[in-house]
Amino acid sequence: MNQIFTPPSSAVTRRQFMVGVGGMTFAIATANGNFADAAVVGADMSGKALSPWVSIAADGTISIMSPATEMGQGSMTSLPLVIAEELDADWNKVRVIPAPPIEKLYGNAGFGGMMYTAGSNAVSSYFNPLRKFGAQVRRVLLENVAAKWAVPVTELTTEPSVVVHVKSGRRMSYGEIAAFAEVPAAGPEVKAEELKKVGDFRLLGKDVMRIELPAKVNGSAKYSIDVRLPGMVYGAVIRSPVEGGTPTHVDDAKAKTIRGVIDVIALPYGVGVLAETAWAAFAAKEVLEQGITWNRTGTAWGFDSEKGLASYEADVRNPDSPATDWFKQGDAAAELAKAATVVEAEYRCDYAYHAQMEPLNALASISPAGDSAEIWCGTQSQTMAVDAVAKALGIPREKVKLNYTLMGGGFGRRGHRDEEFIVDAVLMAKEAKRPVKVMWTREDDVRNGRFRPITAHLVRAGLDASGKLTSWYQRVAGDRVTSFQDPVRYNASGKKDFILMLGVELRSYDIANQYCGQLHRDSGVRTSSLRGIGFTANKFVAEAFLDEVAVKRGIDPLQLRFELLRNTPRGQKVVERVVQMSAWGRKREGRGFGFAFVDYSNTLLAGVAEVSVDRSSGIIKVHNFWCAMDCGIPLQPDNVVAQTESSIIYGLGMALTERISISDGTVEQSNFHDYQVMRMRDLPALHIDVLATDNQPTGAGQMATPLVAPAISNAVAQLTGRRLRHTPMTPDRVKAALA
Amino acid sequence: MISFTINQALATTDAPPETPLLWVIREGLNLTGTKYGCGAGLCGACMVHIDGRRAFSCQTQVGEVSGRSVTTIEGLSNDSSHRVQKAWLAERVPQCGYCQSGQIMSAADLLNKNPRPSRDEIIEHMSAHICRCGTYPRIVRAIERAAKEG
Repeated sequence: MNQIFTPPSSAVTRRQFMVGVGGMTFAIATANGNFADAAVVGADMSGKALSPWVSIAADGTISIMSPATEMGQGSMTSLPLVIAEELDADWNKVRVIPAPPIEKLYGNAGFGGMMYTAGSNAVSSYFNPLRKFGAQVRRVLLENVAAKWAVPVTELTTEPSVVVHVKSGRRMSYGEIAAFAEVPAAGPEVKAEELKKVGDFRLLGKDVMRIELPAKVNGSAKYSIDVRLPGMVYGAVIRSPVEGGTPTHVDDAKAKTIRGVIDVIALPYGVGVLAETAWAAFAAKEVLEQGITWNRTGTAWGFDSEKGLASYEADVRNPDSPATDWFKQGDAAAELAKAATVVEAEYRCDYAYHAQMEPLNALASISPAGDSAEIWCGTQSQTMAVDAVAKALGIPREKVKLNYTLMGGGFGRRGHRDEEFIVDAVLMAKEAKRPVKVMWTREDDVRNGRFRPITAHLVRAGLDASGKLTSWYQRVAGDRVTSFQDPVRYNASGKKDFILMLGVELRSYDIANQYCGQLHRDSGVRTSSLRGIGFTANKFVAEAFLDEVAVKRGIDPLQLRFELLRNTPRGQKVVERVVQMSAWGRKREGRGFGFAFVDYSNTLLAGVAEVSVDRSSGIIKVHNFWCAMDCGIPLQPDNVVAQTESSIIYGLGMALTERISISDGTVEQSNFHDYQVMRMRDLPALHIDVLATDNQPTGAGQMATPLVAPAISNAVAQLTGRRLRHTPMTPDRVKAALA
Repeated sequence: MISFTINQALATTDAPPETPLLWVIREGLNLTGTKYGCGAGLCGACMVHIDGRRAFSCQTQVGEVSGRSVTTIEGLSNDSSHRVQKAWLAERVPQCGYCQSGQIMSAADLLNKNPRPSRDEIIEHMSAHICRCGTYPRIVRAIERAAKEG
């Protein structure tokens, strides 16, 4: 059974060889009987760009670095698995080690070299380099054996963790080779055609047990909330209801009388409570909340989300309200003017909350002089975590030691540039002069939430006399996200709000003229990437509106999609498959069927929802959901299915129940009684088919989320003739639409 | 001082009696498999057994368990050999895993009192929980498997 090892603190004796390979380096290290430890090397060489991806011990243990953080998506298994496949490693001898924060070695090319796990791009970004890299390590092993046995390297082959010379029947294990191996100064060249054939994979595509799963059924899996340090105390933090606000008056007398409370601390953005126990910290926080007066600094004071969204909608409709071009192809406005028929509609989406199961938390231990820090946290970005801590303390990033743990869910919440929940612990620990674990309560997690933004969409489709869709014109007004969440990436992208806007481009569809303008709005409300990012809102609009176009033309919505996918054979295949799975076209009494298609970072999906509607309560019941997808070669096929089940269920919540509202800049919800996520009783039967293709592997962690809302809206429209254009499609909205 | 049995060992605590059992288990006894999720009995991440029946440890004051017997995920088996744990791995249930200790404790409670639950009974019982990763379909399958394989 594989295990996860956290980096040990003491070095082992080793011999180590480094090869620079396209920005990567590996070592074959030999250790004195212990597992030759890439993490030790990594820890030792922090900042020196000499840390390896792979090391092999004399006992045959193979340590492979995991550059991505694990929040349930499985990257901690699938990335090391890619190396192990091409290395022809015995997976049972592989240990996976969280890579230290050395961007030069472990950075994600999909995010400009940051160590950042988001966008479901871990596999798509790392697959090719790690594959080549595993093959290079294997080649080095082969060449060492060839030299030792004085045979041509071409006569050698491998079996799992063994080099074999078939002619002479000799065999040598990887561990034995590691004891004498020398590594050339430059990495051996491995040509693409020398990589394993997909059909020869032993590990990829075979559903190995995820390495951290056994620890997740017996309570031993460690999340940052579980970490405990000697001398540690507990912290709770109260921040302003509105970003930017600070306390003008704090009455802490009553809070300080609570048994176990150590101190009440002023923070730049709020108030912290320090206590001997977690419960005392929470109890004091609750009392203290009543005794704080906040100033009205910050943009969101006075903002009301319902009125705000209504004003956004008025703005998208008002041609005098300027938009910046987000996407342009051909000349949509000119074609629209010439169109024989124009279809137009407006759509809206509300704020939504991540609701990761582990409320945000972190631990920090600061040196007495305040010049170094050690952190324990769950983060989607090792880079951002280290940077945020260094910045908060005004120390170099080399002085920050990061220990990152499994995460109890991420969904985009743990990848903000400021990593404010980690900074909470840092500031409290600095003040306390002892290690501090700061935990947010669920109420904190909701009220300090950073949300999927509100958006209003205007969309117009132009059809020529034959009914062909010739132009697609959109205006989107939405709360800014990227500039708030990550000013660094926002500026680097030329001030593009990609988290908000991605998904408006209809790349797979043959629509010659497309335009989308963005009306940048800053309500001051805290916003975030959230599973599916802009795709969830933008595909809801596109796919529901396409059904409106089909209705206008009097054709089956599938006929329209096949017309539009005429140049996208991969798209046609997933649609054909879901048509087959759902027996599209059949009728069932009291049920509606709705379709949606999504292209998301080169993963293509088609979905069908089967619904009924209770007209008196306004409740939509989803009975079945079918999904066919092409994400290229599925590395862990059952996990792709699991992630897709997960994405669909997440999408059901976004589509039907999950809604955050803001009044006077303040979040109105507080816990799972008023923010309702999907439970087991809410689910349809899910039917998922992952097409076996040889396409490059692409993401699977969130791609089905945007399928759900449009498929449901389309199904309700088919059943009732009424169109739902606002998510979530809550009972009151359904009743209003049916009235 | 409050005394109770936890995973068949004796535990004592000087925590105030109104302290939620959850925090005594996690921070006092360092049994961190039981999770904090909502503090309001809404998500089930904190589920334990008290005298053999499931209970939200965040909604139970430690004073209430005086003299009683508490079982946490760590005490369900010492080697992940409980049929529910085995079924959970066989169906590859966990994703982020944070809610799973609570889910497993609830499932074990269900099978204790109803060895052959119907699908509807499983759904009703398990809807006390939230899994934000949406592992629900696999949880149903795992409980059905555990019931079948005994």
